[in-house]
Amino acid sequence: MTDVIVPQVVGEDYAHPHEEHGATGLMKWITTTDHKVIGMSYMITAIALFYIAGLLALGIRVQLTTPHGTFISFQQFNELFTMHGSIMLYLFAGPFAFGGLANYIVPLQVGAPDMAFPRLNALSYWLYLGGSIMMLMGFVVAGGAASFGWVAYAPLSTATYTPGSGQDLWIMALVLTGFSAIFTGVNLVATIFYLRAPGMTMFRMPIFTWNMLVTGILILIAFPVLTAALIMLFADRHFGTKIYEVTGCHTTTGLVDTHACGSAVLWQNLFWFFGHPEVYILALPYFGMVTEILPVFSRKPVFGYKGMVFATMSIAALSTGVWAHHMFTTGTVLLPFFSLMSLLIAVPTGIKFFNWIGTMWRGELVYTTPMLMSIGFLFAFLMGGVTGVMLASPPIDFFVHTTYFVVAHFHQVLFGSAVFAGFAGFYYWFPKMFGRMLNDRLGRLQFGLLFVGFWVTFMPQYILGLRGMPRREASYPAGLGWQSWNIASTIGAFMIAISFAVMLVNIWVSWRYPVPAGDNPWDAHTLEWFTTSPPPHHNYTHLPQIRSERPTWDYNHPDAPTIPHGRGPHTNGHGPYSGNGAGPPGHGNGSSAGVAQEVPAT
Amino acid sequence: MKVESSFLLGVATFFGIIAISYWFTAYEDGGATMLVGVTALGFLPGSYYYFWHRRFKGYKYFFWGKLDHVVGTRPEDRSDATIADGAGVINSFPGSSVWPFCLGVGAFTLLLAFVFGAWLALVGVSLILTALVGVTAESRRGGRH
Repeated sequence: MTDVIVPQVVGEDYAHPHEEHGATGLMKWITTTDHKVIGMSYMITAIALFYIAGLLALGIRVQLTTPHGTFISFQQFNELFTMHGSIMLYLFAGPFAFGGLANYIVPLQVGAPDMAFPRLNALSYWLYLGGSIMMLMGFVVAGGAASFGWVAYAPLSTATYTPGSGQDLWIMALVLTGFSAIFTGVNLVATIFYLRAPGMTMFRMPIFTWNMLVTGILILIAFPVLTAALIMLFADRHFGTKIYEVTGCHTTTGLVDTHACGSAVLWQNLFWFFGHPEVYILALPYFGMVTEILPVFSRKPVFGYKGMVFATMSIAALSTGVWAHHMFTTGTVLLPFFSLMSLLIAVPTGIKFFNWIGTMWRGELVYTTPMLMSIGFLFAFLMGGVTGVMLASPPIDFFVHTTYFVVAHFHQVLFGSAVFAGFAGFYYWFPKMFGRMLNDRLGRLQFGLLFVGFWVTFMPQYILGLRGMPRREASYPAGLGWQSWNIASTIGAFMIAISFAVMLVNIWVSWRYPVPAGDNPWDAHTLEWFTTSPPPHHNYTHLPQIRSERPTWDYNHPDAPTIPHGRGPHTNGHGPYSGNGAGPPGHGNGSSAGVAQEVPAT
Repeated sequence: MKVESSFLLGVATFFGIIAISYWFTAYEDGGATMLVGVTALGFLPGSYYYFWHRRFKGYKYFFWGKLDHVVGTRPEDRSDATIADGAGVINSFPGSSVWPFCLGVGAFTLLLAFVFGAWLALVGVSLILTALVGVTAESRRGGRH
């Protein structure tokens, strides 16, 4: 009754191909437990929400083009920036990466037939979809959508200041998506630990899979804290608990009764204990995508494989110890501890940049859309990272906190990763998922518009921030010199919007006039390109020998196998022979197709 | 399992050190509690994987209780394993199932009840219970695939 998967040696016919049984049409999408269909559902939902949140951002930008904007009311403005941030962070950037692309790609990359817990995987998606719908329902209830910012700081988020069911829907939506993320995290970790193909040791996994493993652990660290904090917030709002609530705790003589009083700053501690790892939950998968794309289009193995893995681990570890750098101005946190930890993150991130540049160095670069998007990511994330180092220093943070400087910083970080790298990954894996190519010329047009629009949007916001324009303000006085920069930023935002209209055209062209992709259109390295496009039910009818982190390359290029990293005189990393993927003379003896040289046991 | 266990025990070690240093520099109980929680998150599964790593090496327990034969590591942990070494049943993967959807709709409705009124909880709880019974029965039966 259950499916039994027998991996086959290359070259043997597979006698009993597994076909997908069961329902078709809509019922197929509802009852599926196939990680590919679930991953696809995740991606479609996340990209639809990305477009919605993008439209909300345009509303914000239009409002700010004039000093006393009348495009929308102040209340609507609060709803717009809250929902823009919430949808982008909770419902797009995270789920697109770990629910969508990772769900689809990780089992393929490790040679697994499915995720470890297929029904839990399906449940994750339905909770995510339910949470998304619930959050959007805020727009149609009386009182409007949530309006306390995506961080929902207490006491603003308590019932006294923001009553209304839109806020409650927001809280409950995040409880649902929080559980969804936790289940996906468990699933990813279990899949990577237990369902790897024979020979796929931990240090042969593609960097994207490594990053998803680290992300999975980060999800398990961060999301339970958020879910618990949200349930306590809801209890404060409706059940009369006083966890964050600071009103009504004065005695009749006017003194503060500490036993009847909550702590508003506790919310900030709990939220940012989730919130900062969340930033890396959003960033690490995208680092992984870029690390997959750069070697393929540089025609080289990735430079510094183990350095990449340990840099990822260091970033993740440090990111959990820096939560209070968002709270420097509260005056309740230990500045040196959090400043030091935040500054330290620059070191592993710098290692990653070094390795990305080292991967491209002297490679044969092919400027396809995924490659261009990845290079765009490098520029964007570097700028965001440098301003992040500035903000990690308390004196600068005190000066620019809650200004547009911070807005520009985190948009460069998150837009750089989730949009540039995210859509690089989308362009890169689209042929694998649909068996057809996206138009490269339209892709380059999209990249051009996006790249210019991105810098035009966010660079003026740095200047606005340094000139003192506060964030989350629907109106500002004329005569401060802010308007021209705001207009520039709005023009950039519309360029970004046009670039995403181009992407819709591209998808339509691909749907209407398909160009078949074949199994491995990019001559890529990792295991997912070994199977058909799209992959069959349970992914693999046969597998190649896995002797390095590039099994598909080794199979397709038996004359130039990857030199395994590890100990020994001839296995010292990728060595001087790695320039064009060619192995050292005499090592690619081709005794059996696709088998690289033996690796000493490490 | 060695890399897996080292990875998780590394998480535990790092956050153990951070938790102690945070507690003795910041004296802040909320953050210290969460850091201790992260330490446990790494330690519990990490030590479990380490236990299995030692079991594969021929120890009944972590370092003692020598078994008669050494099982050897899993094919996915051996760098020289061939694909044929992994032949056999990998796992049982349930085919299509409607119960995750049912459970998801149930959870959605149950949480909506907190916002729109308790009557929705009746629908939500019934859907969740139905789905739990359904998914359990399906697991025992094997389900359709």
